[in-house]
Amino acid sequence: MATVTVSKKACSVNPLKMSQPIGGALAFMGLRGAMPLLHGSQGCTSFGLVLFTRHFKEAIPMQTTAMSEVATVLGGYDNVEQAVLNIYNRTKPEIIGICSTGVTETKGDDVDGYIKTIREKNAAVAHLPIVYVSTPDFKDAFQDGWEKTVTRIVETMVEAPKSAARRDPTKINVLPGCHLTPGDLDELRTIIEDFGLEPTFLPDLAGSLDGHIPDDFTPTTIGGVGVEEISMMGQAGWTIAIGAQMRRAAEAMEKKTGVPFRMFERLCGLEANDALMAFLTEISGRPAPMKYRRQRGQLVDAMLDGHFHIGGRKLAVGAEPDLLNEIGGLLTEIGAQLHVAVTTTQSPVLERLPTEEVLIGDLEDLENLAKAKDCDLMVTHSHGRQAASRLKIPFFRMGIPMFDRLGGGHQLMVGYRGGRDLIFDICNLLMADHEDNHEPTPDSWRDGVGPSHAATSH
Amino acid sequence: MSSLSATIQDVFNEPGCGKNANKSEAERKKGCTKQLQPGGAAGGCAFDGAKIALQPLTDVAHLVHGPIACEGNSWDNRGAKSSGSNLWRTGFTTDINETDVVFGGEKRLFKSIREIIEKYDPPAIFVYQTCVPAMIGDDIDAVCKAAREKFNKPVIPINSPGFVGPKNLGNKLAGEALLQHVIGTEEPEYTTPYDLNIIGEYNLSGELWQVKPLLDELGIRIMACISGDGKYKEVASSHRAKAAMMVCSKAMINVARKMEERYGIPFFEGSFYGIEDSSDSLREIARMLIERGAPAELMDRTEALIAREEAKAWAAIAKYKPRFEGKKVLLITGGVKSWSVVAALQEAGLELVGTSVKKSTKEDKERIKELMGQDAHMIEDMTPREMYKMLKDARADIMLSGGRSQFIALKASMPWLDINQERHHAYMGYVGMVKLVEEIDKALYNPVWAQVRKPAPWEKSGDNWQSRAMAQAEAEAAALAADPVKAEEVRRAKKICNCKSVELGVIEDAILANNLSTVEGVRDATNASGGCGACAVRIEEILAQMVSASHAIAAE
Repeated sequence: MATVTVSKKACSVNPLKMSQPIGGALAFMGLRGAMPLLHGSQGCTSFGLVLFTRHFKEAIPMQTTAMSEVATVLGGYDNVEQAVLNIYNRTKPEIIGICSTGVTETKGDDVDGYIKTIREKNAAVAHLPIVYVSTPDFKDAFQDGWEKTVTRIVETMVEAPKSAARRDPTKINVLPGCHLTPGDLDELRTIIEDFGLEPTFLPDLAGSLDGHIPDDFTPTTIGGVGVEEISMMGQAGWTIAIGAQMRRAAEAMEKKTGVPFRMFERLCGLEANDALMAFLTEISGRPAPMKYRRQRGQLVDAMLDGHFHIGGRKLAVGAEPDLLNEIGGLLTEIGAQLHVAVTTTQSPVLERLPTEEVLIGDLEDLENLAKAKDCDLMVTHSHGRQAASRLKIPFFRMGIPMFDRLGGGHQLMVGYRGGRDLIFDICNLLMADHEDNHEPTPDSWRDGVGPSHAATSH
Repeated sequence: MSSLSATIQDVFNEPGCGKNANKSEAERKKGCTKQLQPGGAAGGCAFDGAKIALQPLTDVAHLVHGPIACEGNSWDNRGAKSSGSNLWRTGFTTDINETDVVFGGEKRLFKSIREIIEKYDPPAIFVYQTCVPAMIGDDIDAVCKAAREKFNKPVIPINSPGFVGPKNLGNKLAGEALLQHVIGTEEPEYTTPYDLNIIGEYNLSGELWQVKPLLDELGIRIMACISGDGKYKEVASSHRAKAAMMVCSKAMINVARKMEERYGIPFFEGSFYGIEDSSDSLREIARMLIERGAPAELMDRTEALIAREEAKAWAAIAKYKPRFEGKKVLLITGGVKSWSVVAALQEAGLELVGTSVKKSTKEDKERIKELMGQDAHMIEDMTPREMYKMLKDARADIMLSGGRSQFIALKASMPWLDINQERHHAYMGYVGMVKLVEEIDKALYNPVWAQVRKPAPWEKSGDNWQSRAMAQAEAEAAALAADPVKAEEVRRAKKICNCKSVELGVIEDAILANNLSTVEGVRDATNASGGCGACAVRIEEILAQMVSASHAIAAE
């Protein structure tokens, strides 16, 4: 049972956190033919754009209402209207997703009201799906923006089935948290399909940001879940929600359509995937395919092989709550101790983390605590690289942004196979570090220092 | 806010700015109110510009006062290099919350400054104002003043909330902050007749270090680089330099010009891109220093060094020339002056098939014409499809551009090289030029192109998306060719002034109807060029064309 504390510092140093609106914008990017639009000044969008381009190495569709000082003071109706019309005329999107920012929330723009007026005044966009989410930058974090946006999409776009008889038990809704990569979604899709079920992912970043070659120069998203498919989600047999952040969206789905849901707070590691397999077996009436029985064995074997290297490791992890829960959980299950856990925002999973204390803080906190507690493995996004190099400890990158290594979008964590690969990657990093920096020498024995961590005696 | 608007007005009055020079008094007063198009724009904001301009100052703590978006989404994303302190790479932000928005964020800001001084003790703290605290009325000038007095340490307010304008304005506001609060506030330990300021150079990828050894060899001291690899004290005492070089970008013209005005430091605008430009710049530096009191023999040593370096660079490049024969380059640059890159590529024997001039001035265009000939293909604005078509029609073998357009080339399986901020190689000076040539060679001759262009086993030849896109583009072109009315419509619909959204046809009609002959006349009649003024050059070209056409008619 972990206690959650909030950093008391006035100044955040080396932020771990990113803002809510771009979390929301990323959720919209998992929709087909979508154009995410941030209602704010230009920088709000351009910073997000650069961040995602650097992470995914893809062209990123994202627009701005380009609020000027005057527009901000007077209210942004004209800018929202112009932006919607310009986007409609230029890019013919299937949906426009609007997220507010700190600027427009401080003024208090009534965007829902704006959209109503825009529709009344402009016949062309009268029926264009436009979803608005309130996501001020000065509250909450990236993960919250994603959560609010998916919930809002469910509330506004999923249609309630006309009769319960229309339900199709082979259809499954999947609501993935923003901690899952496009690679994770593809893996999950395969697993679910192998049980004869047909999943619909909302949002589906595997369709849009998995690095495929597009069919044309489309300024909107390419691939992802379509507006039609979203409206049909009310006819599914079950909803699977992954990560605690998705509970609200799953509840909204159940409330609106009656589709029951099953939460998987984790999908990385042995027990988590056993639970998934059991659930899929139950709802599909089919036994787990042979393939997964073999993969389960491989994960168990990887855990056995890896525990020599990970066992006893003092771990410092900086991540948003659900990702922290996934990776912190996996590594403690094979013997690491989660000595330092730093996160960005409140979440019910934080109390359940296998550690004494969780801090809502920044990368300076992560670095200082890791130093104080003598941690010997750091896991966080690319911004942690400076801290890890100052501490001279191995550094494993996870989460957004990952701009200084390739393949972040395909890093795999879910499924038996994802856990297996992750364990291998981390153990190889630790072994290389041991060979490079901790081989004993006559001097180190003489001085009684020895190799700096006994756990790597293998 | 009144002092901020005064500063902005001052920047708009900057006589050194080419765009301002093209405007009337009344237009200048309106400032660069380039209203960016909602839903059609995605450049950076003024805060972004200010931060980019100053962040390469390496030993300063850069504190962003605002919600998490401004720093949390953006820190650690530029590749400037430091030879000393790495404090500039640390992201500091007040990360203001809802309570701060309601009750004001000044207290949090003050506490943040104190925390930074206690933990990091930097020589100075730069505080960046962003939109939300500006809206709720946080007075960062007052907080910085109080902190300065309390902690006896420079705490510099940078007033650049994002919504006051685009990135470029932010660059200049950053310069104003330096002029107002930093430059001239300290004295150097000693001075020499060889003291040079470099302004508007950010040492991205450590580029400046490719040139610095040459200056070292000549005994020229970089007194302050504003801001690449710069240190606070150097900038604070930079008013004692003998001469200044303004590198490429016009971002900090106000700094160079006002330092000339206030401290009598002459400056010139030069570039270290390309062999000839590097040599010209070294010569100009030597000339100016001699003029300000350095011994005349400096020029002889400079010429000797230029001769040696040029010979070395030519020798290194020579072996690539046969490999580049017949290879064509499409150049899409943003802020970097197109002509300096054009000259560089021509030195390597590459053929330029087009270059973007979206942000170029009239002088830039003249220079490009000089280098590429009268029929230089200057591209105002290109859609992704057009860029792709250029590559695909084999009118270009490789595209050089900023990161934003990279996917057009890469997804079309065409070679591409980053020549913008996010590039990983340094292309400055003589060695940089050789490196650029080397990188182009690597990209052009990489076997990957043959691999990635192979059709998939299930693909019918000619039925991939690339050929479909091409067919569609050709069909559209053919339809236009067959329909002169429609073609004329499309031609006339070309947007000339983006700020005020004025089309070519409107301008042509106005010129004919009112017998106009000046840009001012066109502006009065159509409002075109009433915004940022960048299209004044285009309007002049339209005027010139129509005048010569009417002369031709008159002659018949």
